[in-house]
Formats: sequence, structure tokens, C-alpha cells
Amino acid sequence: MSTTTMAQAPAPAPNPPAAPRRVSGGLLDPKMLWRSTPDALRKLDPRTLWHNPVMFIVEVGAVFTTVLAIRDESAFAWLIVVWLWLTVLFANLAEAVAEGRGKAQADALRRTKTDTVARRLASWQPGQTVDPALVEPVPAPRLAQGDLVVVEAGEFIPGDGDVVEGIASVDESAITGESAPVIRESGGDRSSVTGGTRVLSDQIIVRITQKPGESFIDRMIALVEGANRQKTPNEIALNILLSALTIIFLLAVATLQPLAIFSKAQLPGVPDTEALNGDGVTGIVMVSLLVCLIPTTIGALLSAIGIAGMDRLVQRNVLAMSGRAVEAAGDVNTLLLDKTGTITIGNREARAFIPVGGTSEQRLASAAQLSSLADETPEGRSIVVHAKSTYGLRERGPGELLHARFVPFTAQTRMSGVDLDAYGGDPARLVRKGAASAVINWARELGGVIPADLGETVDGISASGGTPLVVAESVEGTARVLGVIQLKDIVKSGMRERFDEMRRMGIRTVMITGDNPLTARSIAEEAGVDDFLAEATPEDKMALIKREQAGGKLVAMTGDGTNDAPALAQADVGVAMNTGTSAAKEAGNMVDLDSNPTKLIEIVEIGKQLLITRGALTTFSIANDIAKYFAIIPAMFAAIYPGLDKLNIMRLHSPESAILSAVIFNALVIVALIPLALRGVRYTPSSAAAMLRRNLYIYGVGGLVIPFIGIKLIDLVIQFIPGAR
Amino acid sequence: MGTNAAGVVFIVSMVLALALTYRPLGDHMARVYTSRKHLRVERGIYRLVGVDPDAEQRWVVYARSVLAFSLVSILFLYLFQRVQNHLLLALGFPAVKPALAWNTAISFTTNTNWQAYSGESTMGHLVQMAGLGVQNFVSAAVGIAVVIALVRGFARKNTDQLGNFWVDLVRTIVRILLPICVLMAIVLIAGGAIQNFHGNRSVTTLTGGSQSITGGPVASQEAIKELGTNGGGFYNANSAHPFENPTTWTNWLEIYLLLAIGFSLPRTFGKMVGSTRQGLAIVAVMAVLALGSLGANEAFQALHHGTVPTAVGAAREGTETRFGVPDSALFATGTTLTSTGAVDSFHDSYTSLGGATLLFNMMLGEVAPGGTGSGLYGMLVLAVVTVFVAGLMIGRTPEYLGKKIGSREIKFASLYFLTTPTIVLVGTGVAMALPGERAGMLNSGAHGLSEVLYAFTSAGNNNGSAFAGITVNTDWYNTALGLAMAFGRFLPMIFVLGLAGSLARQQPVPATAGTLPTHRPQFAGMLVGVTVIIVALTYFPALALGPLAEGLH
Repeated sequence: MSTTTMAQAPAPAPNPPAAPRRVSGGLLDPKMLWRSTPDALRKLDPRTLWHNPVMFIVEVGAVFTTVLAIRDESAFAWLIVVWLWLTVLFANLAEAVAEGRGKAQADALRRTKTDTVARRLASWQPGQTVDPALVEPVPAPRLAQGDLVVVEAGEFIPGDGDVVEGIASVDESAITGESAPVIRESGGDRSSVTGGTRVLSDQIIVRITQKPGESFIDRMIALVEGANRQKTPNEIALNILLSALTIIFLLAVATLQPLAIFSKAQLPGVPDTEALNGDGVTGIVMVSLLVCLIPTTIGALLSAIGIAGMDRLVQRNVLAMSGRAVEAAGDVNTLLLDKTGTITIGNREARAFIPVGGTSEQRLASAAQLSSLADETPEGRSIVVHAKSTYGLRERGPGELLHARFVPFTAQTRMSGVDLDAYGGDPARLVRKGAASAVINWARELGGVIPADLGETVDGISASGGTPLVVAESVEGTARVLGVIQLKDIVKSGMRERFDEMRRMGIRTVMITGDNPLTARSIAEEAGVDDFLAEATPEDKMALIKREQAGGKLVAMTGDGTNDAPALAQADVGVAMNTGTSAAKEAGNMVDLDSNPTKLIEIVEIGKQLLITRGALTTFSIANDIAKYFAIIPAMFAAIYPGLDKLNIMRLHSPESAILSAVIFNALVIVALIPLALRGVRYTPSSAAAMLRRNLYIYGVGGLVIPFIGIKLIDLVIQFIPGAR
Repeated sequence: MGTNAAGVVFIVSMVLALALTYRPLGDHMARVYTSRKHLRVERGIYRLVGVDPDAEQRWVVYARSVLAFSLVSILFLYLFQRVQNHLLLALGFPAVKPALAWNTAISFTTNTNWQAYSGESTMGHLVQMAGLGVQNFVSAAVGIAVVIALVRGFARKNTDQLGNFWVDLVRTIVRILLPICVLMAIVLIAGGAIQNFHGNRSVTTLTGGSQSITGGPVASQEAIKELGTNGGGFYNANSAHPFENPTTWTNWLEIYLLLAIGFSLPRTFGKMVGSTRQGLAIVAVMAVLALGSLGANEAFQALHHGTVPTAVGAAREGTETRFGVPDSALFATGTTLTSTGAVDSFHDSYTSLGGATLLFNMMLGEVAPGGTGSGLYGMLVLAVVTVFVAGLMIGRTPEYLGKKIGSREIKFASLYFLTTPTIVLVGTGVAMALPGERAGMLNSGAHGLSEVLYAFTSAGNNNGSAFAGITVNTDWYNTALGLAMAFGRFLPMIFVLGLAGSLARQQPVPATAGTLPTHRPQFAGMLVGVTVIIVALTYFPALALGPLAEGLH
């Protein structure tokens, strides 16, 4: 399986992992807040807000207090009312901002959905030239699955499909943002084309594979807009927990009323206050207490966190088909990584020429170079380069070898080389290089003797993770093995450190390769992966995934070929490369538009970050309540039980300023945390215990302490406002 | 030896004794619930009842068995009390009135043992033994059976079978409760507790006066009253009565018994899930909460603020001179932390903040170590909630003992921790809103409010101890508290079994470096924090108007 990307920069090397890396998203543009305000106002509609039980209760409370404030006006009441409405608005704003970023992307995508007119072929057989008489114009939306269309240079491809004939360079920048064109051709793993992209050269015939209205771009738009965003399993569970907490606080506050009425009645001499009169705690204060206690912080930011998580993936050019897949990525136990393109740089290169049977190095180098001059594979070119750089052999142009006939590589012979005629005193000469067994057979047939040290050399190279290519020549009918070319995989820099990180996070990495076990082991050791699967067939891969899953593990993998499709579908997280076939893209639950297999690691980190952000803000939200109790309870009851003023440890100015400060803090903290919700909390790969310790300190202890400071600071300011004095 | 030094010896020896019991008793219980063999007497019982001891039950069936058994128990106990005047050994007492009989039937079936009556002047010996005494055994066994089903939920995989309720019930009684109780009853008799079938006898009291006191099978009742965290005393004075609890060392023994099973079950849990470290973490959480609560109570008692202590000048009022303040505080802490509800001193007389810690102990949901079985399942539900929050914070779908905590598990856990606060707060609120019920309070102001709050907290959490100072033998209180006890017992059990069912079905996730370690001090500390914070947040307003209003000056 190859993950070759045409005309694209090679996969960028991962950041140096020595410094702790940080997964982050885009920053919050303050203008976004302003632009999203209309959306936030629209979301005040109770029918929309109903889906967020915590904020719905705040809205009900805001309506209730508004009525109370109208009936029984006071500056204090109106201040509370305003801040309660702001609390709801801020929550809506968080969601609107998160959605807004997706909307901007969706708009850009929509612009690419121009109304192309497709040229459908009424009938066409493979190999046949296109008969202009049989071409009929059809609006792109009316194309059905299985239709054949012809697309020429300059035209837009009318729908998703596979190239069935021809080869063309295609501009896919509308989807990938990458301006360099890519090659699409019939057959193989680079046959899929996407509707809305433009053919730059040549002509192709495409079989449409999408259903009308379900194109890749349509799906992308829906995804980034969050149109059919469904709550993920963990989000649902967290919502249940938050609802339960809300009910508890609702009960605690509601049942406080008879207790308060009783307590007030016991002490008839105490004058009424803004908070407490003969009818018990006033509605305004009751709602204030409730809103401060229920987990509004996380309730307000929960959906924004989810949307922003998907958005962070989109910014990395990964499309997740569902939030569930993103969450699963955070849980992954086993990563299946393809060797080529992920762990090693795509191609092998020549590292050394090792002569056998007493041949000189120079002679071997010359033969190796000769045999590779016409070999345009990356391996072949690297042999020429190595011969030049190490042995000073000038590259010989085709013109210099007039009497040479090049023998191309075929799967049958498993050799390539060159035949030189006798010319100018030089005898006729055949040079071959290729797989050891093939070249040895060829030499034997031509009566050659196989040097004793050949087997040892070949095995040595295999064992060290290299690929041996044996070079032999036949001069005037006598064959002779000259030596071995050592080809070696180049492991990308920084991979070992990344895999160490993965291990600390509890993720096992398995390298998948078609190489033999010896070579595979050596590369696996060099790269530092935990395990490898050598000589892997699609069936082996599938079996490995099933085996891991049977043990309760979650598996992630990347793939691009049609034969990867079953494994991609079976894996819990299947990332299809955008360059891959449509079958692969259909089977996976994510598509990487950059077709960079290393990205799987980032996807895992984003999945984790999403959950951590939710957990951290939940902890923060609950820890906040303690300070709010210390602000509000003495404010409510110190009038009847002066001893309770001891709980006013913040020494807040007055009961009114205390309650108002708590409500204002509660609203402002939502705005203050919007950037964090959108960006995600800091995530550095480390062990579970270390991560928990860190987050508990920051969001647990921090959540305990910050509101004491915040409420006190707000109180210092608002004590000068009439109504809070 | 001064009182304080004696108190220290008393407490330290208790901690040591419990530590020494942890392994052998915990291991014994694990063997009881994993053994495949049935004793002959057990086979006899199964044949008699008509159950197949080798057939296992799904969670719904297990829950149905629990409920059916308990319903039959309630009805039987109710009828028993209603016709006691026609039965043997009635001592001439009339039939128990309907509301009280209902309240008492539920109270003993739910392991609450709230007593709105005086035992020695209401119940005959037959009802005490064959009715209440039997429920002392079986209600404790039901609690243990349910937690064992939950533990199986964690331990098993890919199954919907949680064991057989009838087998768990019978084994608990035959192999755990009965042997210990027989032994301990004899020890208590040796210590001076009485065991006879006498009716009223005239007794010359310590001060030389003459008093008529009922005799009865007290020692045998006493052992299971403590071991099964029941707490329903033979006498109204409960463990403060010299016939129930004659000396300091029987006092020690009674406290030890009421803590023994609760503190050993985590070992059973650890054994059954295949990691004793997990059990150790849970017992450590329980111990930290218990010792913290004890420390607070002792400190508040020594500082003596409160209505009564201030009047008397010491926190001695309502405590037995035989036991003293520190030992009484340990008993009170133990009895409120374990859903026992037996008392050897009067909680109403405690300092306001001392009383508040007792209230808080119950509000914890009886988890440190809690009632037999119910304490551990309460703690495990809290662990599930803690794991959920902690798991999110490390970026994984939360998992506990390899089982994922998803929406279904959180749903059951949430319903569980919603139940008792709902009962306690709504009950208290309604009682305080009804003028007639408020009139039942013998104290006014914050102290009166604390008494009502205490009553509903005690009933909702199946504790059974009372703050006294409130007339609860009225139709309204008997009915309302009866409902509080029934809902407070059986709803959580259903949710626990539901949780067990959905855990057992799962294939466990293998532990990796990315898995949250749940056996380390870090997690135990977080669990303590979550438990205390959730309770504090839930009850803070009510506590503020009750004991806090009274205690802060």
C-alpha cells in the first residue's frame, strides 16, 4: 500500500518533541463576539434553549425575576434581572461564536458549489473514444449514481466519482486548501475525484458514485456548520450528570423556602430585608442563589466545546464524520501506522555498495550505476546519486550509451538492467540488478559461480532492516555476481520521541508493513514502535484489528486503498486519505484532506483535549459553588441569625452587593472562559496520574479559590452603585 | 487514667481491632459469595422456598426478588404487630396502632430501625424476637446481597447474570451473621446484658429507688442490632440502657460490631474484582471520612456550644456517666456513619456543631463505612461519579475497574445520588410548611428546625437514630417517615442493581499507562473531596438555618 501524494510537499516532519507540544486551536477574534450577538439573541427562543436544561432554567429564572422586578421595582432587582439575562446571553454567545467559525468555512465551501453543467455520456465502452454526438448536457444536481461524464481541462468535475479513463491534473484547492494540483488517473488508488474541483489538463471520464445532494462537499458543509450535530456519548453522560446536579440544587433552593419562613417567623422583631421578609426569601434572591449554584459555567460552554473540537480538526484539514469518532480517538488503545509515509519517508535509498567475491567497490559502483540509469523509480535514482556522491561516478546521459538497451523491471523477472553491445574494444556486457533470488538464478543460468560471501551479505543487510539488491554482470557469456546494493528505509526524525509519548499515554503503536519480518523488526526497533505486522495483507490487518477489539481495545488506523476499506470500517477510528479511493473514504469515519498519515497522532490528541476541556470546566463549575454559598447564605440570613455573618469570610460590603457580586461573577466567568472553551485546555501528553494532578490543581483548586477573589473584587467596585449599597 | 486518655485508648484500640478484622472477615465474605458449594441447611431452605440455587438472575429479576421479599416482610411485620395481643408472650400489650405498625414494619425491613415507640412498653417478646429480630438479620443480609450483586457487575464480563438473590441472602445469614451473633450474644451476656423471658420486674436502682423494668431476650437482639447496623433497641433508651449495654467494654464491643462488616466489605470487593488494592483504596476513603468526622465531633463536644451544653456548662447532658464524653462521641459518630442509629447518648443534647457533624455523617449517604452492604454500594456509586469527572480530565472515556462509565451508568448513578437528598429536603420542607407538624417540635427556632431535619435525614438515609425533642408518633410523621424510609432504601437498591446489570454486560477495557489509577492516594483523595463537596453543596442552606445558625456566634 502506498500513500504517495503527487505534487504535494512531503509530509511535514513533526515538531521537535523535546519541548512539550501543545495542541491548540485558533484564537478568538474579539470581533467574532460582536458578529455573533444577533445569533446569540435568536437562541434566546425557549424552543432552542430547551435542549440545554441548565441554561433553560436560567432563562426561566430570568423571566420570573423580570416579572417580579416589574411588579415590585427596585434598583437591586433590576440589576439582578439584567445580569441574569446576560448570563443566558453569554451562554448563547459562546455557542454562536463556536458555530460562527464553522459557518465561515461552510460559506467558503458553498461558493465552490457552482452550478456546473455536466456532459453526460449516453453510451460509452471502455477504450472507446468519446463521440461528441453521444454527449448530452445535464445540470450537475441531476446526475445519478453510475452516470458517466466527460470532463476536460478548465471544467469543474460535476460530482464525486472515480476516473474510469484518462489521467489529468486536478486543482483540489477548494477542498484541501492546497494550491498545487494533484494527479488523478483511472485504476489504482488515485482514481477518486471530488465534485467541485477543477481539471487543469487533459480529459478524463468519470463514473459518478455519489447520490444527488450527498456529495463530499455537501457533507463537509453540513459537518462544519454542525447542522446535524449529534451529542456524543460522553457529552450525553455529562449532560445527565449536570441535569442531576441541577435538580439537586433546585431542590435545595426550593425546600429552603419553608425553612426560611419558619426561621423568620420565629424572630418577629427582625426587620425585613431585600433578601428575606415575612413571605420568606424574595423571589429575586431565590433565583439568584439557584443560578449561582447550578452548573452554569459548564452548561453554557458545553456545546461550544464540542463544536470547537470538531472545528480544531477541520483547521487541521481533517473531516470527522461524527463527533463520536473524535471522542473515540481520545480513547484509542492501539494505533496502526503504515510504515511508508508515516514512520519512514516514502522511499528507500541506496546507502552502500558491498562487493562480493573480490570485486572492487569501484567496479560494483559502476555496474550498479549503469543498471540504474534508466530506472526512474526513487530507489533507482538514489543508486545513481549514491554512486556519484560516494564514488565520484558522473551520471551518464542516454546519448553516451548508444549501444545500450535498457531492460525494464517486470514483476516476472524481478530484475532490471542494461544490455551493452560490443563496441569500440569493449566486449558485449549484460548488467542486472534485482531481488537476490532472481539475480542469482540469472547468473547461474549463464554459468556463473555464486561467491560464498554473497548469502552472508544479503542476510546481513536484511537483518539490519535494509533491502538488498544484488548486482551481477555477464561479459561474453560468463556471468559473475559483483556485489550487493544496500537500500535502506529512512525513519522520519522525531518519531521515536513521539512513540515514547504515546506509550506514556497508554497507546500502543503497531507498524504495518509489507516488508519481511527481519526488515520490519529492524525498522520497528529503530523507530521505537511497540510492535509490527510484517508482510501484511489486508486480511492480516483486519484480523489484527479484530483481535485487538476482542480484548476490549479501541483501534485507530489510516488507509487509502480500496483494499483498506474493510479494515477502515472495522477500526474504531478510520482515517482515510483524501488521495485515496472513494471506497476508502466511504469506509472511514474521518478523511484527512492533507493525506498525511502522521496526523492520526494529532487526531488522538484533539480527541483527548476535547474530553479534558469538558471535565476541567465541570470541575471548575462545581468548585465555584463553595465561594458562592459563602457570599449568598450570610447575605440571606445574617439578619435573623447574626452568627451566620461569620460565614461572610470575604467581608462583602452589604447583603445586596454580595448577592449581586456572585451573580455578576457567575455571568462574567462564562465570557472569560469562552476562549478556553474554543481553544481547548492545554494538553501535553503525559501519564494519567500526572495529567489528573495538573488539572485538579488548576481547575479544582483554582475553581475553589478564583471566585473568592473574583467576587470580592466585583464587590469592591459595585458597592458604589445605588441598589447594591 | 483521665477521661481523655481513656478516650484515646478506646479509639486507638478500635481502629486497630478494625484493621485486624479487615482481612480475615473480608476474605471470609468473598469466599462465601464465590463458593459453589451449598451447606445442607441451606439446601433445605432452598427446597422449602422452592428456588434453584444454581440458577442466576438478571438485574431486573434480582431487583424483583429484593422487592418481593421486602414487601412480604413488611406485610408480615405489619400484621404481626396488629395481632400481637392474641399471641404468646405479648406481656399484655395491646395491638400496635396502624400508623405506628406501618412505620415500624418499614423501619425494620429497610434496616433503618427508626423507633417511634418505646420498645419495652409497646412490643411483646414474640414480636421483638420473631418479628423485629428476624428483620434485623434479613434486612442486613438484603443490603449485603445487593452490594455483592454490584461487585459482581464489576467483576464479571459479557454477561447479564448477577448471581442469585436467595442464595446471597441465605448465605449471608447462615455463614456470616448467625455465627458471629451467637458468639457475641454470649459475650454480651457475660458482660452483663440480660437474656430472659421475664415480664415486668421490680428492680432496685442504683440510687436505691424501686423501678419496674421489663426483662427479655436482650443480648441476642443486641448482637445483631449492632452487627447488622440495625440499631433498633429493645429498650427506648437503646444502648444507653444498662441491660443492653452494661459496661465500657460492652460499649466498645458494640461500636466494634457496628463497624466490623462495613469496614471489611471493601476487602471482599477487592478480592472479588481481583485487586485487593482497589478495596484498600475504598476502605481508606471510608476511614479518612470517619476519622475526620470523629475528630470534628470530639472537638465540637469539647468546645461545648449549644442550647443544652451552654445551659448545663458541659457537653455531658444526655451522655451516660458510665461511658463519658469521648466514648459517647465515638459511638454517636459510628452509629450515624453506619446507618445503625443505635445510641448510647442523646444526640439532641450534643453541642450544635457536634450535632451538625452527626447530621452531616448521615447526609454523606451512609458511606463511611455505612450500613451493611448499603455503605459500600453508596461509596462505589460515588466512586463511579468521581471516576467520570476524573476520567474526562485525563481525556478518556471514564472507566472504573475496566468498565466504561457511559451515559447508562451515569444515569443510574445520578438517580442514586438524587434519591436521598430529594427525600430529606422535600420531607423537611413539607414538614416545616405544615403548621400542625411544626407544633410537634418541642424546641423552637434553629434547634427545632434541626430536629425535623434530623428526623428526615435519619429516615431517608435509613439510619434510624433520632434527635428526639420532637413528637414523631403521630399519624403524619409515622406515614411520612415510613415513606421516606421505604423510598430511601429501595429506590437506591434498584438503581444500584441497574448499574450492576449494565456493568456486567461490558467487556472490560485493558488497563494501560493512560488508564486512571483508582488505587492510589490521588484518586482516594479526590473521592473524599467529591463526597464531602457534593453533600456540603446539597445541604448547606438547610444546615445554615439549623445547626449552623445555632452554633455560630
